[in-house]
Amino acid sequence: MLTKRIIACLDVDNGRVVKGVRFENLRDAGDPAELAKAHSESGADEIVLLDISAAHERRTTLLDTVHRTAKQLFIPFTVGGGIRTLEEASAVFSAGADKISINSAALADPTVITRIAERFGSQAVVVAIDAKRCNGMRWEAFTHGGRNISGRDALEWAQESESRGAGEILLTSMDRDGTASGFDCKLTRMIADAVRIPVIASGGAGGAQHFVDVFREGHADAALAASIFHYGFNQIADLKQEIGSQGIPVRWPC
Amino acid sequence: MITIIDYGAGNLVSVKKAFDWLGEKCEITSNPDSVARAAKIVLPGVGHFASTSTLTHSGLRDAINQAIGRGIPFLGICVGMQWMFHGSQEAPETPGLALFQGECERFPASVKSPHVGWNQLQLGETSRLFHGMLPSPFVYFTHSFRAPLMENTTACCEYGGTFAAAIERENLFGVQFHPEKSGEIGLKLLSNFCALTC
Repeated sequence: MLTKRIIACLDVDNGRVVKGVRFENLRDAGDPAELAKAHSESGADEIVLLDISAAHERRTTLLDTVHRTAKQLFIPFTVGGGIRTLEEASAVFSAGADKISINSAALADPTVITRIAERFGSQAVVVAIDAKRCNGMRWEAFTHGGRNISGRDALEWAQESESRGAGEILLTSMDRDGTASGFDCKLTRMIADAVRIPVIASGGAGGAQHFVDVFREGHADAALAASIFHYGFNQIADLKQEIGSQGIPVRWPC
Repeated sequence: MITIIDYGAGNLVSVKKAFDWLGEKCEITSNPDSVARAAKIVLPGVGHFASTSTLTHSGLRDAINQAIGRGIPFLGICVGMQWMFHGSQEAPETPGLALFQGECERFPASVKSPHVGWNQLQLGETSRLFHGMLPSPFVYFTHSFRAPLMENTTACCEYGGTFAAAIERENLFGVQFHPEKSGEIGLKLLSNFCALTC
């Protein structure tokens, strides 16, 4: 049976993993290459590295960080944050990424999804959608780390992304992000049921039950978390055993 | 020396990286002359089956066929494995190598496609590639088309029905999943391929 994936996300600023709430009060949480390897050994099914550096710092350090991290990582490795063009994506792939994640650039010019998918395959293109609830059962897609409103409905944008060649959707609930109060199962289910490609739920992970809920009620194919996996507590191995014991199919033992 | 064939499809870095990690010498090439000198050949591949038509136009197809005829171990990964069959519904006009009977087909509409993530294999009894592994390892897949079960299937997998996840006959090996992305299990498989002496 296809298992539900547990994905560890590393937020990286200028070559170091940082941890904070909603990208504020950032604290140093370690070296990306070391943490990625540790998460992989602890049972992570995939690693996402999200570069949150300011634009002027990015070019000098990101490719080196990706290269160092990829060198000792033998599970799928996604890199996102500020990738705007096919050329930038190509450089990240050459450095060792298996997939790239794009958000703002795809909303600004949706054809970039197709261009990257035609060169590297749809399986290499993850479209990240930062969704915020507007009213009732409507969510809107935001850009630039949640700072700017795009004017696009999250559901419609997910479907358009799929039709343009995206291989997966990384769906972050801005309302839940950093709150540790659980994933947004309603949002996740709405999108997951409306597309044929896998949907990765993100934002709100605080404990094992939240993962069970987003797989069972949210119909997510994978779930991503960042801060709960740092600093050694809440090891992924423990999490997988817990949700596995509740009947969710997971890769365990690895 | 492992010769990894570059035909412009997808990203070969991760395959080379895995062999580097194992301490195996390897080269990435698109030159048929290099293939003619290869001791072992790996044909990776992600993306569309039609991209394999490049192999025919570039002369690589003939070089691979001759190497296989000499008994050189050959490993096809993902689309590289599908190419070892007659063809694929994904690109009916593009012929495969036809080393194995059958045609690759799309997943049924009852399941999400592509099939992405970690799924469990059921290993057959005799496989040199899976030597030393437990009978139901987890491996990483990402594909929209799948190969049919046939007599040379050494591992099957369940997703919208059972399909061939690995095949093996004499010096021919194919895996639908990505060993270079399948953690320790995948590295063990690649290490077994490196150790072959057929």
